[in-house]
Amino acid sequence: MVTTVQSAVKRYRLRMPSQTENLEIIRSFVGHIARRVGFDDEEATKIEMAVDEACSNVIKHAYERDARKPIDIVVKIDYDKLTVIVTDHGKGFDPASIKMPDMKEYLAELRVGGLGIYLMRTLMDEVAYDIKPGVRNQVKMVKYFVKRDAPRPRKAGVQKKVKGGRQ
Amino acid sequence: MEGFQVRRKDDGAISTLYLQGYLDAHTAPRLEDALQELVDQGRYKIIVNFSDLAYISSAGLGVFMGFIEMIRAHQGDIKLTNMSDKIFRVFDLLGFPTLYDIFKDESEAHRKFSEQP
Repeated sequence: MVTTVQSAVKRYRLRMPSQTENLEIIRSFVGHIARRVGFDDEEATKIEMAVDEACSNVIKHAYERDARKPIDIVVKIDYDKLTVIVTDHGKGFDPASIKMPDMKEYLAELRVGGLGIYLMRTLMDEVAYDIKPGVRNQVKMVKYFVKRDAPRPRKAGVQKKVKGGRQ
Repeated sequence: MEGFQVRRKDDGAISTLYLQGYLDAHTAPRLEDALQELVDQGRYKIIVNFSDLAYISSAGLGVFMGFIEMIRAHQGDIKLTNMSDKIFRVFDLLGFPTLYDIFKDESEAHRKFSEQP
């Protein structure tokens, strides 16, 4: 019988005031961990960008630029993936109402803004929202160590060999 | 440490903005100001040189989206040059190369402007 490892191999946490000047620190924090666990520069930059977009949305929309509110960023490293969870306690939104823009249409209309969520979905392997307006909103983004076009390791029996990163 | 800088150089009717550092939601208003200043002075032939730009997020991309239509309405353009592969990939991901003239270096953008009446 195979037992699944439930707990994250490693977990890092950062709490920052909701200010755009902190985006650079947030990117460094996430990018540093991503590179340390083996992502190359291109992939690490994608993770930094996705987190930047998530936090920019929190600062602008959830907290409406109230700099006293906190943004929590948690990075979890599992045997097969890196997960970033961005949490705020501000205004939520209905994830179902977010339409992914058709980029051709989008560019034709020359719209400003709204690119962030499209980018997050493009840059990461998985993006999921858990919205409880005024209580707690979370966006969870996942990047697997093995690229999407390469075969994934099978779930069972792999976790003991690889601890926390692509070798 | 300065996170982002915009320098400007005027050459005849053409103005070039040199971007340096990190262009994100915090620094994008500085680029907006620089473009607004050009527009206020009636200078619509604009080159943006990305050679020293290390990072761009959607907030930075949005600045170009906000100005391009109006600048083209005045027979001008924003031409983008000297992007690193890293910066180009972001533009490419969003299909921006179909909307903007992107050149390897500044002289090509100058030539393109000179060909126009």
